[in-house]
Amino acid sequence: MDRLQRQDKVQLQNVTYTYSANTPFEKEALSDVSVGFAAGRITGLIGHTGSGKSTLVQMLNGLLRPMQGKVYLDGLDIWENPKEIRQVRFRVGLVMQYPEYQLFDETVMADIGFGPKNMGLDAQEIRQRCLEAAAFAGVHPSLFDKSPFELSGGEKRRVAIAGVLAMKPEVLILDEPAAGLDPRGRKTVLSGIRRYNRETGATVILVSHSMEDLATYCDEAVVMKGGQVYARGQVADIFTRTQELVAIGLDVPQIARVAALLQKEGIALQGTLYTVEGVEEAILKYIGGVKN
Amino acid sequence: MLSDITLGQFFPGKSLLHRLDPRTKVILSVLYMVAVFAAKHVFLYAWMIAVTVLMIALSGISGKVILKSLKPLLFIFLFTSILNVFFTTGEGEPLLSFWRIRIYTEGLWRALLMVVRVSLLVTGVSVLLTYTTSPIALTDAIERLLAPLKLIKVPVHDFAMMMSIALRFIPTLVEETEKIMNAQKARGADFTSGGLLRRAKALIPILIPLFISSFNHANDLAIAMECRCYRGGQGRTKMTELRYGGRDYLAMVLCAGLLAAVLVGNGFFLRLGVGYYMP
Repeated sequence: MDRLQRQDKVQLQNVTYTYSANTPFEKEALSDVSVGFAAGRITGLIGHTGSGKSTLVQMLNGLLRPMQGKVYLDGLDIWENPKEIRQVRFRVGLVMQYPEYQLFDETVMADIGFGPKNMGLDAQEIRQRCLEAAAFAGVHPSLFDKSPFELSGGEKRRVAIAGVLAMKPEVLILDEPAAGLDPRGRKTVLSGIRRYNRETGATVILVSHSMEDLATYCDEAVVMKGGQVYARGQVADIFTRTQELVAIGLDVPQIARVAALLQKEGIALQGTLYTVEGVEEAILKYIGGVKN
Repeated sequence: MLSDITLGQFFPGKSLLHRLDPRTKVILSVLYMVAVFAAKHVFLYAWMIAVTVLMIALSGISGKVILKSLKPLLFIFLFTSILNVFFTTGEGEPLLSFWRIRIYTEGLWRALLMVVRVSLLVTGVSVLLTYTTSPIALTDAIERLLAPLKLIKVPVHDFAMMMSIALRFIPTLVEETEKIMNAQKARGADFTSGGLLRRAKALIPILIPLFISSFNHANDLAIAMECRCYRGGQGRTKMTELRYGGRDYLAMVLCAGLLAAVLVGNGFFLRLGVGYYMP
């Protein structure tokens, strides 16, 4: 699959970024990266620690400005008018890693409403958006009037995510949204994000370490390695390259490894071999085939 | 950005100044400062400049770094120079006089010597202490030097511990501030427009999370220290004991000599009556 496509919602073109440039601590985080993210789909952004994922996502909403290259949103250069970069940030919502620390307001409701308030919306509209965002993120209405600092870790995470969803971004980027949550919390958060994508048609970019999450929730995947894009493709296609992924230090889902081992033993499985359901089906089909 | 701020920047190295006992360096800095303030004659300033250049050479710090450290002082230099040039009244004829402004030679000298004095102070102390001494060694030295105060029940160890913890957390807090700012910017926070009141209000979403995380850090640290049975300085031993060596005594003698030379020189040049003498 081409790195840049016509139906991409956001694109990076030949983007280079160096931290602490011109000092002894200089470190190139992105080197000549060109990649796009398909409109209306959930794209998983994966890569080893330090491969440039977090730098890349901060490019997309203008928190970092590329030293070379351009960033396009709907085909328009976001740095065309640097004074208007806030408008870009309203359209491209970014949930940072461990976003709990962004909570500050007196009540959960007020905190979720911080983004919409900055957009200059009226009280009615803000309230409406907060309710919708809370529903997507799984924030229970009984929490609305509590202080965000009384909440549990998982609840704080969901409130923080709701704070970004309330801006109704056309592009939603989440940097490891499920890190440190228990399996149930992961599921609530990630399925809420998927619901947001399916119901609003927003483009979603999900930065993750977990190949399991990628397999379950994403449509496409972009693989990063050492400040460059290593691959872009449909999730199914990416997972056919198990060997390569392991070689660049990424984990493949456990179930994909089981499937690979079975195939090595001469058991010819066919189908979606990277989710538990897919492999289950393939094994049942195989057993059925042997019996007949 | 924020991370570009250098706070008491330490340059690791193995130069002579790096190897001196940190206590020696604290004592030297005090002697050096007294010498700079005691020097009154222009020749003595030249002498102090020579000594300072020698110290820079011994520290192995590049001249570029030193010049960069003086850059933020440019405004102060300009300001004091203007004051000194225009408001010093000297004896004899003014050098320049128009309208109601009179400029005297003394004013020019004074301005120059003030600039030299402040530059020497900043350069000398940064070369002796901040650039060549790690913050940990520095607090250690201060704790040892202030140890006599324990006799009058001053909690010296606790102060030193507080200081090292504060130093340790500066980079952490800088990093955290940056993270919080980014997160709020991503939600459309605007720190750069509007009047003073609006800007001050815009800081609330940064300050509250920052305070909360500071308290969390303090709490975690207290628990971690308690878990390792930390109970203040009582009966506590050091992993690395500070010990004066030959070079430390030599450095202290030389520096005391420097101060003596400045004091004697003041009287000598005053009686000689040549060159400019700063009152």
